[in-house]
Amino acid sequence: MLKVEDVHVYYGAIHAIKGISLEVPQGQIVTLIGANGAGKTSALNTICGLIKPKSGRIFFEGKDITGVPTQEIVKLGLTQVPEGRRIFANMPIYENLELGAFLNKNKKEVAQDMEKVYTRFPRLRERKNQLAGSLSGGEQQMLAMGRALMSKPRLLLLDEPSMGLSPILVKEIFSIIKELNEQGTTILLVEQNAKMSLSIAHKGYVVETGRIVLAGDAKELLESPEVKKAYLGG
Amino acid sequence: MEVFLQQLINGISLGSIYALIALGYTMVYGIVQLINFAHGDVYMVGAYLGFFATAILGWSFLPALLMSMVVCAILGMVIEKLAYTPLRNAPRIAALITAIGVSLFLEYGMMLLVSPQVRTFPQVLTEVQYKFFGVVITNRQVIILVVTVALMLLLQYIVHKTMIGKAMRAVSHDKQAAQLMGINVNNTISATFAIGSALAAAAGVLVGIYYNAINPLMGIMPGLKAFVAAVLGGIGIIPGAMTGGFLLGIVEAMVSGYGKSLYRDPVAFVILIIILIVKPTGLFGKNVREKV
Repeated sequence: MLKVEDVHVYYGAIHAIKGISLEVPQGQIVTLIGANGAGKTSALNTICGLIKPKSGRIFFEGKDITGVPTQEIVKLGLTQVPEGRRIFANMPIYENLELGAFLNKNKKEVAQDMEKVYTRFPRLRERKNQLAGSLSGGEQQMLAMGRALMSKPRLLLLDEPSMGLSPILVKEIFSIIKELNEQGTTILLVEQNAKMSLSIAHKGYVVETGRIVLAGDAKELLESPEVKKAYLGG
Repeated sequence: MEVFLQQLINGISLGSIYALIALGYTMVYGIVQLINFAHGDVYMVGAYLGFFATAILGWSFLPALLMSMVVCAILGMVIEKLAYTPLRNAPRIAALITAIGVSLFLEYGMMLLVSPQVRTFPQVLTEVQYKFFGVVITNRQVIILVVTVALMLLLQYIVHKTMIGKAMRAVSHDKQAAQLMGINVNNTISATFAIGSALAAAAGVLVGIYYNAINPLMGIMPGLKAFVAAVLGGIGIIPGAMTGGFLLGIVEAMVSGYGKSLYRDPVAFVILIIILIVKPTGLFGKNVREKV
């Protein structure tokens, strides 16, 4: 569904991504794990068109999307939930959701989709008129995910959804991710929490300093000595 | 008491003009963090367009107002595309200096085009005076207020109820997140310049019919005053610009009314200095903390 071929990204003189290739098959959860600064977020932002790669190609459902503006990529059905949620804090929750459906001109459909999001995240319904900035961290993550779902993505990119959340909330968020996948959304999940993400993923890639150093079946990665040593505390 | 009421009414008329110009400053600042110093000159161009429509084409007030607003909206978008878009990721000082350059270009370009002489607006509306308890209100003052309030209501509707308004608020809050929603950031910024410039044009036409005289450098002082008004209300905050504009107009009228007209301009800038020292976020500004 998504194919990234030998992508290189530079920030000025800094070579942030040194040739990443990866593939996300339809219907799967694929996870990208690695430490801070490994280039995971840069990789996601490049896929979304927020950063232009120096070289390499990105294909979404067979279509070359390298260098295509972000809004066109969102239109194709690829949406990102950014790191740190990036919700519109000074707007009420329902407006955040409306903005998620910005490209959908069909008001009726938007209302139905919003209903679905409220059903999935009942806490958002209770607070729909409150400013998004007043939500707790976990609720903000739910809002960010709900907002992304409003664009009806076929491929959802999630950047560190567990960041800053308590273990119980992390569990809840991950079970929602799994549920979304079971209902047909393909997922590319970027995480530092290697154990959690590998446990729900089908496939995994390990990123280190801008390169993919390990790739394979998620279960195997979970058992692999390198991953255990580097990310799972022995 | 009569002087007070009279100056209050005069101040509201003047404040309407400041408020309309201040809105453009504040909206543009809110979305691209740029103080668009050419904004006062867009107001001047608006006044000239109004003059052209009424004096030369013989149009009446409303068509002239609308034409001026539409043409200035386009002018605002062109300025943004040619002068500011290439500097979007440049240091802010570069864009600021460019804004001053655009301002000078409009002032002296206009002088070249229409000569520096003062033009007199035709009597588009015959003046009617109403007297209440010794206070004089003219029909022009009523029209200024009505047009201003109508435009402000329209603006509030656009910003809060339409998708383009929501996009504008999203872009001003977080450009990258807005892009991820599928919002075209460039178009949204263009729309903001268009709306701000149209409001300035409206102020220009209103000033034309109120004070009758216009000239190519007329935008400098009101532009600076409107900037003060925007900072007074809280730069980037739309209701702040409205309030700041009216407040500043009223203060100035009071200063003039009580025999100190020479201090009109200094008072405005003293207000700016005080605000920057005491509450730099302005009357409506608050420090919003975000949870991470």
